[in-house]
Order: sequence, then structure tokens, then C-alpha cells
Amino acid sequence: MRVFAIAEHRFGELNSISFELLHLANSIKGSGTSEAVIIGRDVAGFARELVRHADKVWVISDESLENYNPDLYIDVLLQLFRIETPDIVLIGHTSQGCELAPYLAVKLGGSVATDVVGVNVSNDAVTVSRYIFQGKLMVDLKITKLPCVLTIRQGVFKEGPEVNGEVINTDIKPSRSPARSFVKFIKPEVGEVDISQADVIVAVGRGIGDASNIKLAEELAQILGGVVAGSRPVIDSGWLPKDRQVGISGKTVKPKLYLALGISGAFQHVIGMKDSDLIIAVNKDPEAPIFGVAHYGIASDLFEIVPLLIKKLKEIRG
Amino acid sequence: MLVKHAASTEAEIRIGTDGKSLDTRGLEFEINDWDRYAVEEALRIKEAHGGEVVVVGVGIDCDPTLRKCLAMGADRAIKVPIDTGMDPYLTAKAIKEAIKGEKFDLILAGVMSQDLNYSLVGVLLAAMLDLPFATAVTSVKIEDGKVRVLRELEGGYQEEDVLPLPCLLTVQSGINEPRYVSIMGIKRARTKELREVKVTLGEPTLVVERIYHPPIKKAEMLEGDAPKIVDQLIEILKSRGLI
Ligand SMILES: Cc1cc2nc3c(=O)[nH]c(=O)nc-3n(C[C@H](O)[C@H](O)[C@H](O)COP(=O)(O)OP(=O)(O)OC[C@H]3O[C@@H](n4cnc5c(N)ncnc54)[C@H](O)[C@@H]3O)c2cc1C
Ligand SMILES: Nc1ncnc2c1ncn2[C@@H]1O[C@H](COP(=O)(O)O)[C@@H](O)[C@H]1O
Repeated sequence: MRVFAIAEHRFGELNSISFELLHLANSIKGSGTSEAVIIGRDVAGFARELVRHADKVWVISDESLENYNPDLYIDVLLQLFRIETPDIVLIGHTSQGCELAPYLAVKLGGSVATDVVGVNVSNDAVTVSRYIFQGKLMVDLKITKLPCVLTIRQGVFKEGPEVNGEVINTDIKPSRSPARSFVKFIKPEVGEVDISQADVIVAVGRGIGDASNIKLAEELAQILGGVVAGSRPVIDSGWLPKDRQVGISGKTVKPKLYLALGISGAFQHVIGMKDSDLIIAVNKDPEAPIFGVAHYGIASDLFEIVPLLIKKLKEIRG
Repeated sequence: MLVKHAASTEAEIRIGTDGKSLDTRGLEFEINDWDRYAVEEALRIKEAHGGEVVVVGVGIDCDPTLRKCLAMGADRAIKVPIDTGMDPYLTAKAIKEAIKGEKFDLILAGVMSQDLNYSLVGVLLAAMLDLPFATAVTSVKIEDGKVRVLRELEGGYQEEDVLPLPCLLTVQSGINEPRYVSIMGIKRARTKELREVKVTLGEPTLVVERIYHPPIKKAEMLEGDAPKIVDQLIEILKSRGLI
């Protein structure tokens, strides 16, 4: 198999997913090749890092490619793939990858699957594994049409062999001006409380039910000397400010205690809290994926457990 | 506006006896969470700039969700009564066929379906129609013939982009506060058009081989009645020096 991995970078840093894609490429290429593609402006340094894990690194560089733009990136990738034909294209399951993958798949006349956590290649047949229902179930899907474009979940393929490949500088340039124009980046707002510095986090999810119940979590957090954070739906509903969001589009936290109340455990949330020292989850659904990352689980109604916990902690404190 | 009548993630989900399908008994269906925000955004754009909001759903039983959108204020609905299973390529293809002949300025979809979690159908359709696009949009401003958007990136960062019309946007949750359906809205929806469009199902690109429970590292579960659980919890916190 000829397996391509599209490297990703932002703000002058290579995203580690780029290496994870190459680890996967090396493990599924069989007698074929693992080939990275790096697109940007001054990317020679990135190419040198990537080539330690790839048979080939294709460099596409141009001033106009400094910041990611889907129209230009797709344009140059299609120019490359017209000559260097892929069987499998691996892309990170990121804000950027989720734009490139489906568009490329259509233009390559192939197929696409996203948020993939397992890839199996045997006799030129490709099968992928992914979660559905936000982590509750898994499915194996057979790909019936190559080339296939796959977006790969971060943190799954962390290790792989060193490979000594070659860097190939292409003279590919964008062949058109982009329809979509990039204006600027906007930094995250800085709030009063920095949840990433807290030792104890009481995190609430949609299961908290209503804005008026947040005070229950606040009371518990106060007794434990911690702060209240939330999953995305809680922030979306305006029950907590944006800077309290834990997850891929919020903050990454690593407290001594992460108490997850009414959070299902979707990977976009888990990625932001999985390295906490101690994770305790309360969820009334015994099948909730959060129990896959928690150290201790309580399959009960949080409104039964939390008030009682507050009461007993108060008794202990006197 | 693309809307999915999607299965709720909260219900107990059972795998069919063939090991390749879901037992639909016990599943509850509702408007896909991300699509609630997208419909609201479409209605706000219409309220500010005029025009018409047309909702499109693919699925044999997707009427309740289409009706809900009509009750929220959409003008008419197109239903494609086919089952595309777990193949988003087929879904996008079906939508492309179904809206042939429709004139539009903007197509909105949700970022992701709550049941299948692909984040694909919107951008697939954009590619099939050769439309400019942007995903995970958290703000939409229409400015003479153009649309200015904010897109969500990782870690709380955003980017601002400008796209020409027509284009396709996938809407991220939290962009607005979706309105509730009023009694008046439900009454009015009854008289609105819900048209079925037949399309032929294309060749599948993804075929389900097996559905199974994830082989997860399970947490140690604390058992017993609430007081007993809380006692265990307090012991754990004590042993870790947290209280
Ligand atoms: C591009 C993108 C970025 C995203 N970024 C983030 C992010 O940064 N952070 C984030 O959190 N999510 C993010 N998400 C959303 C994520 O996919 C999930 O939708 C979200 O994490 C779900 O939040 P939740 O667990 O609170 O809600 P749900 O999934 O709705 O879960 C609620 C849980 O509460 C339980 N429950 C209900 N009532 C009770 C009760 N009384 N007692 C106990 N348990 C109860 C239910 O069993 C259920 O498991 C993102 C999604 C996308 C597509
Ligand atoms: N069956 C469907 N009918 C209409 N729209 C859909 C359907 N499936 C997905 N979509 C749209 O595509 C978005 C992304 O879905 P998905 O690619 O499944 O994650 C959803 O938020 C909907 O807007």
C-alpha cells in the first residue's frame, strides 16, 4: 500500500498527530511506502523531523501556504496525488483534517471515514474501526473503494519505528486563488479562574440538567477547595463561562482530583482530562464511556450522591 | 439546511442479533443536537436578510424532525425517504440529488451527527457541489454577497474567514440559543409543505462488518446504596490526602 500522511502545523509548531499518522502508515504499508506531505512556507525543518519516520517526505512550499487554507491545500494536494497516486491518505482528526478529508475523498473519487482508531489492511482490503454514539459502541467498517482518506484520532498511535527516508522538494504551487480568505487568528479569552491550574476540579455535564443546579457543584467544589468546570453543552447553554470548558476546544487539565458529574465521556471531552491523577465519575448510565477513563465509577443519579457527599464532608469538617 | 433525525445517545443501545445493526427498539430519535443550532442560525439569517429556509432530511422516518424545524419557523421541507445506513457518502449524494433544481445562497449543516459522529455529510456535499465551505462555525455575518465567519480551532483558538456566496457552512453548538417550538408554530407547521423526493441509492463506500461494545478499561465501580457509596468515596478521598 502506498500510504500518505498529511502533516499538520500551526503557529510554527508541528502537531504531534503528524508523527502518529506516520507510525500508523508504517504499520499498514506492507511492501509499500509511508510518505509524508508537508505544506507551508518555511517547512524544511519540519521535513527533517518527519523524514525520520517516513520513507518519503514531499515538501510543498509557497508564501501563500503559510496559514492553512482548505482551497489552496486541497489544490496542491490534488496536484501531487495526480502523479503520486495514494492508496490510503491519513489525516489528523482535527479542525483542519475534518475539512480536508471529505473534500479530498470526493475529488480523488475515493472514500472517507473519520475519527478512526484502528486500521487493518489484509490482501488489499482495508477495514477501519471507530466509535459511534460518542464512545458507547464501536463499529468495524469495510472500505469498498480506494483510495480512502481516513482521519485518525489523536493519541492512539503514539509509537512507531524510526525510518530513514528522503526529502523531496516539489515545485508544486497553488494553481488558483482561494475562494475562502483567511483574515486572522483569535486567541482564547482569559477569564478569572484558570481551571488548568486547579488541584481539584468538579466538572459538570449535561446531566446537571439546569443552570440552577450548578450551585450544587459549586458547593462541593468549595468544600474540596477546588473549582467548577464543565463539558461543552454546559458552556453552550451559558450555565458556565467559556473559560471553564474542558476538552479539545476548551482547556486541558491535569488536577489531583477530577470529579465528573453527569458527563458521558465523549473523546472531545476526555482528551482534555484523561491525564488527571484521580478521576471519579458519577453517571446514571452504567454504559457511559466516561467509565472507560475513570479510576472509580458510580453508576447513580448525581442528585442522590452529591447532596449526601456534601453533607458528609461537612460533618467531617465539623 | 440539512437536518438529521438522529438516535439519542442516552438510551440503552442494543446491538441487533446479526451483530451488524442496531436494535431500533428502545432507541429514541430526535433532532440532531448540532442541527438545532444550525436551524436557529438559518432562521436568524432569514429574519435579518429575508429569503426562505428549506430543511432537507434523509431517512425513512425523519418526518418528526422535519416537522419540528417547520414549527420552529422553516418554510418548507424536503424528505428523502431512504436508509443510507452508516454511509455518509450516500447521504451526501442523496441530498445532492434531492436539491437539484433548488436555488440557494447558503447551505448550513451541523458539525457532527450525535449518533454516527462522522463530521462528514456537510463537507462531502460541498465537494460534490464544488462550493466554498467552512466547518465548525461559531459566528456568521452576511455582508453584501459575502459571509464572514469565525471557525473554531483547538484549545479555544478561533480563526476569522470570509467566503463568497453561495457556500456551505457547518455550524458548531453554542453559536446561538435555539428557540423553543411554540403552539402557534406547531399549528402553522401543519400547513407547510413537506415534499418527498425519491432518489436512487448509490454504491456503498463503507460496509458495516461488526458492531460491538468497546473493549474498555473499566473503572472500579462503587456499589451499594447511596450512603454506602458516599462512605467509600470519602475513604478514597482520605487515602489520597484530598480531605
Ligand atoms: C469539533 C468538536 C469539538 C468539541 N469540543 C468539546 C470540548 O472541548 N469539550 C467537551 O466537553 N465537548 C466537546 N465536544 C462535544 C462532545 O462531542 C460531546 O457532545 C460532549 O462532550 C457531551 O457533553 P456531556 O457529556 O455533558 O453531555 P451528554 O453526552 O449529553 O451526556 C450527559 C450524561 O449525563 C448523564 N446523566 C443525565 N442525568 C444524570 C443524572 N441525574 N445523574 C447522573 N448522570 C446523569 C447521562 O447518562 C449522560 O451520560 C466537541 C464536539 C465537536 C464535534
Ligand atoms: N440523514 C441525514 N439527513 C440530513 N442531514 C444529515 C443526515 N446525516 C447527516 N446530516 C447532516 O450532516 C451533519 C453531519 O453529520 P455526520 O457527517 O453524520 O456527522 C449533520 O449535523 C446534519 O446537518
